[in-house]
Amino acid sequence: MAHGQVAKPGATSSIRQVRRRAGLVLAGLVLAALAAFAWSLSAGSLPVTFDDLSTALSGGEGSMEVDIIRSLRLPRAVAAFACGGLLALAGALMQVLLRNPLADPYVLGISGGAAVGALGAILAGAASGWIDAGAFIGALGATLLVFGLAHGDGSWTQTRLLLTGVIVAAGCGAAVALMLSLAPEGRVKGMLFWLMGDASGATRPWPALALLVVGLLLAMPFARELNLLARGEVTARSLGVRVGRLRGLVYGLGSLLTAIAVTTVGSVGFVGLIVPHLVRLLIGNDQRLLLPAATLAGGVLLCAADTAARTVVAPIQLPVGVLTALIGVPVFLFLLARHPR
Amino acid sequence: MKMDARPPVLAADRLTVEVGRRDVCRALDFTVQPGDTLVILGRNGAGKTTLLHTLAGLRDMARGAVLLSGQPYAAWPRGHEACLRGLLAQSQPDFFSATVLETALVGRHPYLGRWDWEGPEDEAIALAALATMGLESFAERQVPTLSGGERQRLAIAALLVQQPRLYLLDEPLAHLDLHHEITVLDHFRDLAASGAGVVMVLHDINLAARYASHVLLLDGEGGHVIGPAAEVLTAERLSAAFGHPLRAVVDGNSTLFVPV
Repeated sequence: MAHGQVAKPGATSSIRQVRRRAGLVLAGLVLAALAAFAWSLSAGSLPVTFDDLSTALSGGEGSMEVDIIRSLRLPRAVAAFACGGLLALAGALMQVLLRNPLADPYVLGISGGAAVGALGAILAGAASGWIDAGAFIGALGATLLVFGLAHGDGSWTQTRLLLTGVIVAAGCGAAVALMLSLAPEGRVKGMLFWLMGDASGATRPWPALALLVVGLLLAMPFARELNLLARGEVTARSLGVRVGRLRGLVYGLGSLLTAIAVTTVGSVGFVGLIVPHLVRLLIGNDQRLLLPAATLAGGVLLCAADTAARTVVAPIQLPVGVLTALIGVPVFLFLLARHPR
Repeated sequence: MKMDARPPVLAADRLTVEVGRRDVCRALDFTVQPGDTLVILGRNGAGKTTLLHTLAGLRDMARGAVLLSGQPYAAWPRGHEACLRGLLAQSQPDFFSATVLETALVGRHPYLGRWDWEGPEDEAIALAALATMGLESFAERQVPTLSGGERQRLAIAALLVQQPRLYLLDEPLAHLDLHHEITVLDHFRDLAASGAGVVMVLHDINLAARYASHVLLLDGEGGHVIGPAAEVLTAERLSAAFGHPLRAVVDGNSTLFVPV
């Protein structure tokens, strides 16, 4: 074999270099998460002091400031962080599952199904708990529908799954448009806010945060197998990966994470699409590093975007989904333009 | 079946493989012993890849059995089969970027536990395989920046990193230049000489004649001829299998097959 010298010493440490860099990125993201929380808890029409923050977080009794932090800002910050993390994690999983960089958590029709359920509940004049329930049932319904249709013959091709998802999403879009046009004037605004994504009504953020932790812990043991799946089914199977089981797990987990996220904050766009790509640019495509980093980055992004959404033009509150899309569209177009193929 | 101290690397027992309603092969019997190189030849669409995937345990067969080191795939502990046989698949597009070293390290997957990370030994194995394929200076490069032939050599390097006993190669020479064709085939001949078994799909009949110990010729209609390379490779049989007349040209000790 024609080869002159062995690899240079610099090359031998390359995986360690990659991991050190990833460690720095992860540490940076943890700091960014703390900063985003601090900003989210302290920003708003009512200025608060550091003492108020520490009192609120340590559970002590206190002033109106402490009360506002604990009952309004904290649940909202937690909800935004958790859902940003859920969407980014689900997006990273879907991109591997479908081997498609353009995949996002909604590509299989989950947000469409959730929107039909939630808007149906709003249209019927249901209480907020029922809106959440409608969104969750709609999301799971769409998931099962796409899964059932795409697996009708027992085979699994990414193209068929994608096409089925797109078609189901289009059908849901039509149903949403129909409901919007039939809805009485007073309910349209609430419906639009739900569609654009909005964390202001998120009073029960803890299930989302718990699922975020559980979901990440469930996905991590399979992260190296996901690396192989991203390289193609034949490669993965020839290296001993149980591809069918892994795909089922990723599909189910990704769908559940997305369903909880849209139930909590509505269909916030672009977090699930661009965050995994941004993180890939920073640390590469090793899922063992990408999944936790994308989860943290998604949480930071949505927490910060939600804080901006309620403060930049205060007292008006913008739907956070509009902000993430306004940031997301140019960033994504930039990424697409420099994508190697 | 005769039970040796060490079972054959691979055995097919009355193997029938189907694609849709069409037979790829019927009642195929063979064994691959350590040191053997079996080359599969046949026209486009004859089912060479399907057969190779069946031999790799990735696909169900219609009838018969495939034995890897003496046992059916299902009898091996889950994941252990990947330490025994490696498959070089036809190249697939990459949708996500990765470095050359990361791609080569993929071959260590069967040896790592669920929570393990690749260590210095794994990296050394990967770098050695990259050097074997002449890619040692490419370790840090992103795969999408490589040429087609360089990617093919990288895929072969990742297979070498896997260090199996049985190598199943689907068109290993795709995109390679003449020099790398020969160095790749020489390397697999050396691996066979040191006790591995090699099964490969080739399109170049003359390279098959030069490197194969045995040849399996598929006729595309379910029939096959299998045997020692010198017996199977005749102008008459090749002409029939490929549907194109060939002529044998004797050059010293070797026979070359030339399309008419």
